[in-house]
Amino acid sequence: MPSLRAAQPGNPWFSRRYLENNPDQILAALTEHVTLTGQSVLIATALGIPLAVMAYWFRPLTGPILAAAGVLYTIPALAVFAFIAPYLGVGAGTVVVPLVLYALLVIIRNTLTGLLQVPAEVRDAARGMGYGRLAQLLRIDLPLAVPGILTGLRLATVATVAMTTIGVVVGHGGLGELILGGFRSNFFRAEILTGALLCVALALVLDLLLLAGGWLLTPWARRRAAAA
Amino acid sequence: MSQLMSNPVQQAVTWLNDPLNWTNPGGILDRLGEHIALSAGAVALACLVAWPVGLWLGHRGSGGSAIVVLSNVTLAIPVLATLTILPLTAVGFGRPAVIMALAIFAVPPLLATAYTGVREVDPQTREAAVGMGLSGGQLLRRVELPLAVPYLAAGFRTASVQVVATVTLAVFVNGGGLGTIIGAGFGLGMATGGGQILAGGLLVAVLALLVEGGLAVAQRLLTPRAMRRAGRATAPT
Repeated sequence: MPSLRAAQPGNPWFSRRYLENNPDQILAALTEHVTLTGQSVLIATALGIPLAVMAYWFRPLTGPILAAAGVLYTIPALAVFAFIAPYLGVGAGTVVVPLVLYALLVIIRNTLTGLLQVPAEVRDAARGMGYGRLAQLLRIDLPLAVPGILTGLRLATVATVAMTTIGVVVGHGGLGELILGGFRSNFFRAEILTGALLCVALALVLDLLLLAGGWLLTPWARRRAAAA
Repeated sequence: MSQLMSNPVQQAVTWLNDPLNWTNPGGILDRLGEHIALSAGAVALACLVAWPVGLWLGHRGSGGSAIVVLSNVTLAIPVLATLTILPLTAVGFGRPAVIMALAIFAVPPLLATAYTGVREVDPQTREAAVGMGLSGGQLLRRVELPLAVPYLAAGFRTASVQVVATVTLAVFVNGGGLGTIIGAGFGLGMATGGGQILAGGLLVAVLALLVEGGLAVAQRLLTPRAMRRAGRATAPT
C-alpha cells in the first residue's frame, strides 16, 4: 500500500500521540478481544473434541456430524448474530455463540483427521494389551491425535481472533471497536491501524503459544525430529 | 404491540410479508442486487489474480509453501480491517474498495486449489505430453489446465460461499448488500428492529446456502465421474 506513507499530515496512519493519549481504551479493547476469543475457543474445544470422538467411535455419525457443522459454517456470522441477538440481547454472550459455531467445524474436522490417522496396528496392539475403549482413547488415540487437534486449535484460534471484530455489531467487538470506532470518528487512521495491527499480532502470538504447547505435549515427535 | 415485541419471529414474518419491504428503494430486492454485484465482482477479481498465478506456480512446481503462508496470514486479517483501511488509501471510497477488500480473502482458496490441481496431474500423463512434443505452454493449456478443472471448481465454490457470507459485513462501511437490512434493524434497537434483524439474517443465510448448494451441483457436473472422489478444496500440504 504505497499511500500508507502518503497520508495527509493531519491524519497519519501511525501516531504516537494517539497511543500515548488512549492507553486505557486500547488496553480495554485488547482485554475484551482476548477474553472473547479465549472463551469461544475453549467452549468450541470442549464441545468439538467430544463430538469428534463420537464420530470416531460411531462411524455412521461421522457424516451427519460433519454435515451439520458444515451447514453452520456456511451461514454468515452476521446472520448468526441476527438470529440470536433478538433473544440474547446485545451482550458479550451474543458474540461468543457465533464464534463457537465457526470454531467448532474446524476443531471437529481436524480432531477427527488426527484420530483417523492413528495406525491400525497401534489400535490392534492396544486392544491386544487389554485396553478398554475409554483407556485406549485417553492413553493411545488422543495423544497420537495431538498434532491434528493442535492444527484445528491453531486454525480456529487465528480465525476467531479475526472474527471477534464482527462483535462491533452488538458493541462488543474487542479490537474491532477501535477499527470501526476510528472509521466512524472521521476516518481516524491511527486508531484503525492500531486495532488492525494489534489484531494480527494477537493472532500471531496465540498461534505461536499453541505451537509451543504442542511441542511440549508431543515429546516423541521431538525425539523423532532430532533423530532424523 | 407488546405481544409483537415479545416475539421476534412473528415480527420477522410480518416484516418479510410486507411487499413494500421488498420493492421499496433500498428494499430487499435492491440489497440483494447489490449483494450479488459485490460478490460477483470480488470473486471475479480474485479469480483473475489467483488462477493464472496458481496454475503457473503449479506448472513450475514451486511456491507451494508460499501459498500456505499466504493463506495463514490472510486468515489472521480481520475483514473489518481491509474494509475500513482500503477506502482511506489511493483506492478511495466506493464499490471498488469494498470489492477489493473482499477479494483479498477469496484469493488463498483459489490459489491453493489451482496449484494443487496442476500438481495432482499424473506425472506419466505429463511425460507423455512432453514426449508428444508439447511445449511448456501447450502442456499447461492443453493437459494440465483441463485436468485441474475439478479443483478449480472446488476452489471457486469455497471462495464464492465465503465471499457471499463476508459481503454481509460491507454494511459497516455503508457498502450496501443484504447486511444493510440487519444493520438497520440493530440501529432501530432490539424492541422495534428485532424482527427486521431476524428477517435480514434469514435472507443472508438462505442466500449463502443456495449459493453453496448451487455451486456444489455445478462442481459435480464439471467433474468427470472418475475424479468425483477428489472432494472439496484443501490447501496443499
